[in-house]
Amino acid sequence: MASQIVRRLLRSSRNSQVHPKVFDRCFSADAGSDSNLIRATLFPGDGIGPEIAESVKQVFRTAGVPIEWEEHFVGQEIDPRTQSFLTWESLESVRRNKVGLKGPMATPIGKGHRSLNLTLRKELNLYANVRPCYSLPGYKTRYDDVDLITIRENTEGEYSGLEHQVVRGVVESLKIITRQASLRVAEYAFHYAQAHGRQRVSAIHKANIMQKTDGLFLKCCREVAEKYPDIMYEEVVIDNCCMMLVKNPANFDVLVMPNLYGDIISDLCAGLIGGLGLTPSCNIGEGGIALAEAVHGSAPDIAGKNLANPTALLLSAVTMLRHLELHDKADRIQNAILKTIAEGKYRTADLGGKSTTTDFTKAICDYI
Amino acid sequence: MARRTQPILKQLLSNSSVSSSPDVHPFLSLVSTRSVTYMPRPGDGAPRAVTLIPGDGIGPLVTGAVEQVMEAMHAPVYFEKYDVHGDMKSVPQEVFDSIRKNKVCLKGGLKTPVGGGVSSLNVQMRKELDLYASLVHCFNLQGLPTRHDNVDIVVIRENTEGEYSGLEHEVVPGVVESLKVMTKFCSERIAKYAFEYAYLNNRKKVTAVHKANIMKLADGLFLESCREIANKYPSIKYNEIIVDNCCMQLVSKPEQFDVMVTPNLYGNLVANTAAGIAGGTGVMPGGNVGADHAVFEQGASAGNVGNDKVVEQKKANPVALLLSSSMMLRHLQFPSFADRLETAVKRVIAEGKYRTKDLGGDCTTQQIVDAVIANLD
Repeated sequence: MASQIVRRLLRSSRNSQVHPKVFDRCFSADAGSDSNLIRATLFPGDGIGPEIAESVKQVFRTAGVPIEWEEHFVGQEIDPRTQSFLTWESLESVRRNKVGLKGPMATPIGKGHRSLNLTLRKELNLYANVRPCYSLPGYKTRYDDVDLITIRENTEGEYSGLEHQVVRGVVESLKIITRQASLRVAEYAFHYAQAHGRQRVSAIHKANIMQKTDGLFLKCCREVAEKYPDIMYEEVVIDNCCMMLVKNPANFDVLVMPNLYGDIISDLCAGLIGGLGLTPSCNIGEGGIALAEAVHGSAPDIAGKNLANPTALLLSAVTMLRHLELHDKADRIQNAILKTIAEGKYRTADLGGKSTTTDFTKAICDYI
Repeated sequence: MARRTQPILKQLLSNSSVSSSPDVHPFLSLVSTRSVTYMPRPGDGAPRAVTLIPGDGIGPLVTGAVEQVMEAMHAPVYFEKYDVHGDMKSVPQEVFDSIRKNKVCLKGGLKTPVGGGVSSLNVQMRKELDLYASLVHCFNLQGLPTRHDNVDIVVIRENTEGEYSGLEHEVVPGVVESLKVMTKFCSERIAKYAFEYAYLNNRKKVTAVHKANIMKLADGLFLESCREIANKYPSIKYNEIIVDNCCMQLVSKPEQFDVMVTPNLYGNLVANTAAGIAGGTGVMPGGNVGADHAVFEQGASAGNVGNDKVVEQKKANPVALLLSSSMMLRHLQFPSFADRLETAVKRVIAEGKYRTKDLGGDCTTQQIVDAVIANLD
C-alpha cells in the first residue's frame, strides 16, 4: 500500500513538472498536428492495473494508434464534489474526451463515499454495458463456438438501491424499470447489431412473472425492433436462456437485457470462454461517451510482480478503438493478441503458461 | 496374492464387458446385491391416491408415459386426473381439494402466458399450497456425454416470495416498480429445509447464492438466516457465493458445488444453468414441497411446455418426469419401486439406443416408454 502511494505521488509530481505527454509528442514528430491525435482518458487503476495499462500503452505505441493518453489516478482523499475517491477533474476528462480506458479499481472499505465504479456509472451516465464474448482460438475451454455480445442496462432495475424494512423481519427491495432507460438500451443494442453486421437481437426477460416491469422492457424492445426490419428480433425467458447458453451458446448473437439478468448472463458468458481475465467490456454513456474497462479484480496478491494477464484490458482497448471506428488498428491488435494466445508460447500463469506480463506484451508487439 | 488376482479380475471384467450383449447392463450390480430389507408397517402396501395434472403442451405426453410405466410395474399408486391449463384464470378448487386430500401430486408443465394479465398457475399452486421449497437434482447420467463431468448438484430454491411476489405497479406513465419481498420467516425455513436435506441425504456442503453486495437488506436478510441455521449443523460445510460468480463457476467448475440454497429468482436461473450443463431440462427431476404437500414435476422450467412440433410428433422427453416419479415413489415410502423405476430409466439412457431429440436421438415418447418398461426388473 505504502509503495503504491509513493508511486502515485511520484507520478503526480512528475506530471506537474514536465508534462510527459507533451514531451512524448515532441519525439513522435511524424504524428504531425494535434488534430490527428485522439485524446483518451486512462485510469490505470489499482493492483495489477498499472502494469496491464503499461502493456496497453506499449501495444498501442507499436501499432501506431493515434491516441494520446490522459492518465488519471484515483485520489487519496474523498473529493466532496463526487463523494468518492475519484476526482472531479478525472470525470471532466472523460466527459471532454468522450473515450476512456479503465483498469481494475478497488474501492477502499469505509463509509461516507461511493464505490468507484458506481461513481463512474452514475456521474457519466453509463447506461449500457457491452461485452463481446468470443472463444479464443487455441485456448481450450469446454465451449469453442461462442461468439455473442451481451448488452446490459446499467442504471436501474434491481440495482436501484431502494430498499427498506417494512416491519421486523420483512424487507422490500424495489426494482425500477423506466420506458426511457429501456428504449435507450434497446436502441443502442439494435444500433450495435447493425453497425457490427450482427443478424439477431434477443431480449432476455422474465415477463411471465414480472409482467409489468419486464413487460415494459419488452414493449420498448419491440418498438425499437420495428425500426430495424433487417435485424431479427426474439424474446427469450431468462431461465431458458441460461439453459440454452450452456447447452449451445452458438444459438445466440446479440443479447439485450435489464440490469440483474445482464450481470448474471454476462458473467456466465465470460465463464464459457475462460473467465473475466479474457473478457473485454465497454460502457456506453449519455452523449456518446465510451469507457472501456477490464472487469476483473485488481488482484493485489500478484500486483507489481509482472505476472498479470493484460488480455482483458487489451481487448477492451480494442473495443474502444472500434467505438472510435479505427477498425484497421483494432483488427491488427486483436489479431496479434489472438495469435499470441493461440500460439501458446507466451502465456501468463492464469492461462497455464509461465510468461511475464512484459514477455506476453512483447510477443503481441512482435505480431503487430 | 492380491497383486496376482488383480490383473486376472481386470481381464475377466473387460472380457465380460466386451462380450456383453446390450441386454447385460452396467447397472446390474445396482440391483443384484440386496441390502438389509425394508420392513413396512402393515397396510403400507395399500395403493395411494396421487393427484395427476397432465398440463399443457408436452405435459399430457410425459404424464401419460409415467402412467404407463407405473401400470407396467404395478406400482401401488392410482391417479386422480384433473385437467388444468395455463390459460385458466385460476386453478380449480377441486384440484386443490384433491391435492390436500392426497398430499401428493404429479404434474406436467403449465404454460405461463407472457404479459397477458394472467398470473402463472405454477406460481399460484406453489403459493396456495405453500410449497415453499423447490428442489432440482442436476446430475450426469451415465452414457449421456456432456461438456461437464462430475456434476451432482441439488438446487433448493425458495418458492413463495422474493421477485415472484407479484407486487407491481406503474408509478407514473413509463415508470414501473416491482417489489421484491424477503422475510425472515421464509428465509429461515428454506435454509432449514436445505440443511435438513443435506443432513438426511449425506451431503457435505451447502452453498447460499445471493447478491447481497447490491441488495444489502433483502439478500442480507437471506444470508443472515442461512448463517444462523448453518451454526446448527456443524457437520455440514457452509459457504456463500454471489449469483453472477456462481453462474460463471457453474459453467467452468461445476464439480465444486453440492447443495445450493437460493432465493426465488436466482434459484430459477441457477437450476436451469445446472440442468443445462448436466444434459438439459429434459432429464432433470425435481419437485416442490411444503410442510403438508408435495408436487412433483419436471425439475427445471416448469413453465416451458415445448413447442407445437414436439407435441405433434409426440417426441417429448419423458425422462425428467419419470425420474421425478421415482422421487415421488421414494417420498411415498415405496423404496423398491423407486429403485426399479430409476434403474430402468438409467439403463435406457446408458444403453443409448433410445433417445429423444434433445439428447441427440430421434425417438418418440412411446418408444422411450416401451424401452423403460422392457428394462424393468
